[in-house]
Parts: sequence; structure tokens; C-alpha cells
Amino acid sequence: MADFLYQLLLSLDATLRIATPLMLCAMAGIFSERSGIVDISLEGKLLSGAFVAATIAALTGSAWLGLGCAMLAGIFMSLIHGFACITHRGDQVVSGVAINILASGLTIVLGIALFKRGGQTPSLPREDRFTPIEWWGVDMMDSVPVLGTIYRQLISGHNMLVYVALLAVPLTALILYRSRFGLRLRAVGEVPEAVDSAGISVTWLRYRALIVGGALCGIAGAYLSIAQGGNFVREMSAGKGYIALAAVIFGNWKPLSAFMACLMFGFLEAATTRLEGVALPLIGEVPTQLMLAMPYVLTVLLLAGFIGKPRPPAAIGRPYHK
Amino acid sequence: MSTPTPPLPRWADLILLPIINLFAAFFICGLIVLAIGENPIEALGVMIKGAFVYSGGLGYTLFYTTNYVFTGLAVALAFHCKMFNIGGEGQALIGGLGAALASFSLGVYLPAPLAIPLAVLGAFIAGGIWGVIPGYLQAKRGSHIVITTIMFNFLAASLMVYLLAGPMLEAGQQSPQTAKLAESTLLPKMADMLRPLGFDITSSPLNASFLIALGAMAVFYVLVWHTRLGFNIRSVGQNQEAAHYAGINVARTIIITMAISGGFAGLLATNEILGFNHKVVLNFTAGYGFTGIAVALMGRNHPIGIFLAALLFGALTQGGGELDFEFQSITREMVLLIQGMIILFSGALAYMFNPPLARMIAKFVAPKDPANG
Repeated sequence: MADFLYQLLLSLDATLRIATPLMLCAMAGIFSERSGIVDISLEGKLLSGAFVAATIAALTGSAWLGLGCAMLAGIFMSLIHGFACITHRGDQVVSGVAINILASGLTIVLGIALFKRGGQTPSLPREDRFTPIEWWGVDMMDSVPVLGTIYRQLISGHNMLVYVALLAVPLTALILYRSRFGLRLRAVGEVPEAVDSAGISVTWLRYRALIVGGALCGIAGAYLSIAQGGNFVREMSAGKGYIALAAVIFGNWKPLSAFMACLMFGFLEAATTRLEGVALPLIGEVPTQLMLAMPYVLTVLLLAGFIGKPRPPAAIGRPYHK
Repeated sequence: MSTPTPPLPRWADLILLPIINLFAAFFICGLIVLAIGENPIEALGVMIKGAFVYSGGLGYTLFYTTNYVFTGLAVALAFHCKMFNIGGEGQALIGGLGAALASFSLGVYLPAPLAIPLAVLGAFIAGGIWGVIPGYLQAKRGSHIVITTIMFNFLAASLMVYLLAGPMLEAGQQSPQTAKLAESTLLPKMADMLRPLGFDITSSPLNASFLIALGAMAVFYVLVWHTRLGFNIRSVGQNQEAAHYAGINVARTIIITMAISGGFAGLLATNEILGFNHKVVLNFTAGYGFTGIAVALMGRNHPIGIFLAALLFGALTQGGGELDFEFQSITREMVLLIQGMIILFSGALAYMFNPPLARMIAKFVAPKDPANG
């Protein structure tokens, strides 16, 4: 039993680590989509963030500078998205696809040009990364039976960006539901005409939503390349941006529900690595691919109305014409 | 925005605007090459030589063109119905599965003239199935086609990894791939087909599926502009309510459109699997499904335009490979960058150059109809 609990704890710990970039990107997706802009470019922004973070950290030796520049890179990609689909009223999906392909090409091209390592960035020494933070009193808590282990494994010992992601969720909820900006943001995603007739700029509101989202994706990228990992490798985002988008939809465009979806998707992946080759009672061995595909299966089922009823923002995908 | 912009003349819309957008995309990419410290003109020269001049280069270019024609047609057909099919990647993968299943099950017993059409059909039907499910979910359950097709790309990838590394893995193989397909279902190489006719061309992967692609273009044209179904597809694409009011079954049209669209994408497997790899390997779709979006956008959803755009991307893919040999710091991934820029300029920013260009042309071309002036 104790062993099972310990295994579960390790899985939950892995869940949190896997879910961190998902949470950040999902919050980014919520900002953008609640303002009425479809955001399939989360993937590209995440990838750009990861590349820029690792590059700047490798060149300057500062993780903080890497993080800052990653956020700027995410924002820059967001601004391209905004320029195309807010300013020029282009198709939001096409723009998203363009950004994803651009990010994929640009990170490799620049990576090869800068470091000549086939698209990778050099490995960062520990002191140039965001390393796990040990919380106060971990050793003291060890003497307490169950709680001590939970405190050491689950609560303490993550890098700073994990806690940033955990903070981003309530902050997003707070901004969305309890601030003037949030109220207007939700309104612009539902009835932009009303926001416009109240004398508030639809364009500027949507740009701001995208900028916040870009910064969040940048943090998520930095997490991948200079916190969880120690360098950038090509296609590092590996579909995480799309899983985050699935989590946004699965969470019905609500921060807390999307957070739960991220944890669930993260847990599925964490469990997959633990269950690989293990035969479960009654079911037998579950194929890894099936477990990894679960987020997509669940999202499809949800969208089809088989699990609950999705309610996307009313004005999503629709360019605003004055 | 206060003064209404004059409409763009048809020739400018069809020819001048795409060229300007293309130029803008290449210009930005050129700046990036310059920033890296290489000569963009020289790079472009290497790409053009690699795509058209070197012996066999043209064959490779047309080989890639074939892929882009299939995925371009897939995206374009859905566009005509105002559906956004970004699932070409997954549909093509499953198309490979269909071709393989047809080859393994029937190809062994049949001679080539029967076996090849069956394998091609297998690819079409399998791709169609992977397109029709999102189509059904959109039409009947209201799930957004964009998200569903994205999810189906990942589902297809997972399924193929599972099958190729498990049940369909060739015995004794380490890397995930199937055994070689039945000989009778393999498509002949173009060079081998032309030799008896007296043409001696350099051998390249270019194979008979290039002809299938040309056929698919013709089918596309007739289907969209000269059949009742095509009329229905365009009507639903123009205005769903009006189409419904006119008695068109909107849901059924959407479902059929997505089935055929997925089928076109599935045909990519005829080129890559039946014509080239001769077995199913992982990731043989290599992003062709996504680039199909760029091809359809640039080709204005018309088969001729799609062919020209596919040729452009085929040349880029082949020419991009040459960059690896000629330059230290720019590689074939440069092509991804160019593709991204082209999608951005000719797709997402399609309206950016439109108004200023229209105003400029209106200044030089006197209005013919005084009522409009």
C-alpha cells in the first residue's frame, strides 16, 4: 500500500511537470479565444519561446534574460497573428497555420545559423537554468509520515516556472471574471458590437488579449528549454500547444476547468510512462499510443456533444467589421 | 477606410496580387538569409538549379508536385464548401494504411491492371473515411471542423505508430515499417514507362501517380463546376441558409465534401507509398497536408492554379534540398520558412495589398462604365 501511494505520488509529481506548459498555453488560449480570436498558433508561440529562451540563455548565461526574451518572442508572434487577423481581418485559422509553420522553420534555420549543431542549442550549465527550489523545512517535515513525503515530492522541489504556471491559473480567472479588462474581454468575444458601441476599441482589446497570451506561451517555452530541459531541440513543442488548445475546449473556455483538463491530460501522459509494459488486471496491457491519444479522443467526443455541451465564445473566428 | 476602395480588376486579382504576395514572402525570407550572412540571390539560384536544371532535378520536382496537387485539391474542395480541412496530414497517413491493406489482402492474388486500381481506391477510401468522420461531426453534431481535423491528425499519427510498431511491423525489423507491398500494386516509374516510347529521361522517383494527380485535377474541375453535387457544394459554401432554402441538403453536402476531400488527401499515398517507398513508413506525409493549405490558397481553389502552386512548392522542396550541399548555414528547413511566409502573405494577409493596389490601378485605368466612376 505504502509503495502504491509512493508510486501515485511520483505520478502526480510527473503530472505537474508535464502539465506546466499545458497550463500556461491553455491560459494563453483562453485569453485569446475569449476575446474572439481562434488561436491554433499556441504551438508556434510555444516553440518560438523555447528557442529564444535557450538561445539567449546560452549566449548571455542568464536564465532570466532568456525568460524575458522568450516572452517577447511569444508576444512578437502574437502581434503577427493580430496584424493579420485583427488589423487586416485575415482568416484566423490560416494565420495560425502560417505562424506554426514559420516558427517551425525559423527556429531551425536560426538555430543552425547561430550554433551549427543541426538546430540544437548548446546544453546549458545548471546555474544558467531554472533549477528546482527546495522549500523551507523539507528536512523537518520528513519526520511527519505521509505529509512529509507529499511536501517533499509534490509541493516542494519544482522549478520556479511550475509555480508561475500554478499562479497563472487563479490570476487568469481573477482577471477574466473580476476586472474591468476581463469583463470587456469576455464581451468582445461574445458581442463585439456592444463593446464598440460603448466606445471601447475592439481592436486594442483583442490585441491586448493576444499580447498577454503571447507572453504566457513564451514562459511555457522557457519552461521547456531552460527549466525542464537544458537546451532547445528542433520541434521541441511536439504538439503540446495543440493539447493545450484541446484543454481549453475541454474546459469549456474557463480557466479552472481548463486547468483540470491540463492536469488530466498530464496525468494520462505520466501514467503512460509508468504503465508501459505493465499488464493491468482485467484490461491487460494498454497500448501506449491509446493512452497518449486520449486527450484527442476526449476532445473530439466533447466537441461532438457526447460529454457535456461545449459553449465557445459567440464571436470566435469572426473578424470585426465596424 | 472612409473612402470605399474600388474593386480589383480580375486579371490583377488572379495574377498580379498572388505575384506581389509571393514577392513579399520571398523578400522577407531574403532578409532573413541576409541576416544569417549568406547571399539570398545566390541561394535562390541554387534552389532554381536544383529544382529544374540538374539531371533528374525536374523529376524530383514533379514527384513532390504530385504530393502537393493531392493535398491542395483536398483543401480546395473543402474550401468550396467553406470547410477548413486541416486534416490532410492525417487523411494522407490513413490513405497509406488503406493502400497497404488493399495491397496485402488483394494485391497478392491479382495481376497489376486489377491490383493497382484497387490499391489506389484503398488509399482514396481510407483517406475519405478519415475525412468523413469530422465532416459528419460538423454537419450533424456541430463540432468545429478545424479542431476536429487537428485532433484527427494526431489520432491518425497515434494509430499509425501503434500499427507500424505493432501488428503491422515487418518481422525482424527494428524501425517501425511494414513489409514490402505486393509487387502487383506498385506503380511504375515514369522513366520506365517512357523508355519504350523512345523518351530517355533520367530516373527519378517520379511515377505513374503523377498521371493520377492530373486525372484528379480533371475530376475536381468537372465535379465542382459541372455537376449537381458541385453546384450544391458551392451553394453551401456561399450561403448555407440560402442553399438550405433552395432545397439543398446542407448536412449531406458537407459530409460528402469531406469524404471526397479526405479521399484526395489519401491519394498522396499512391505517390509516396505505391510509387516510391513501396512500404508504409512513419511520417511519410512530412507536412504535405499542411502545405496543401498554402497550395489551395495560392491556387485560388482552381485545379490549374493548384497545379502551378504545387509546382512552386515542389520546386521549393527539391531546390531546398540543394541548399544543404551548397551552403554552410542555410539548409532545407529554409523552405519551411518560405512556406510559412507564403501562407501568411497569400492567406492570412490576403487583403493587405488589395486596397492600395486597387486604388493604384483605378488611378491608371480609366473606369469604363461612367455609372461606376
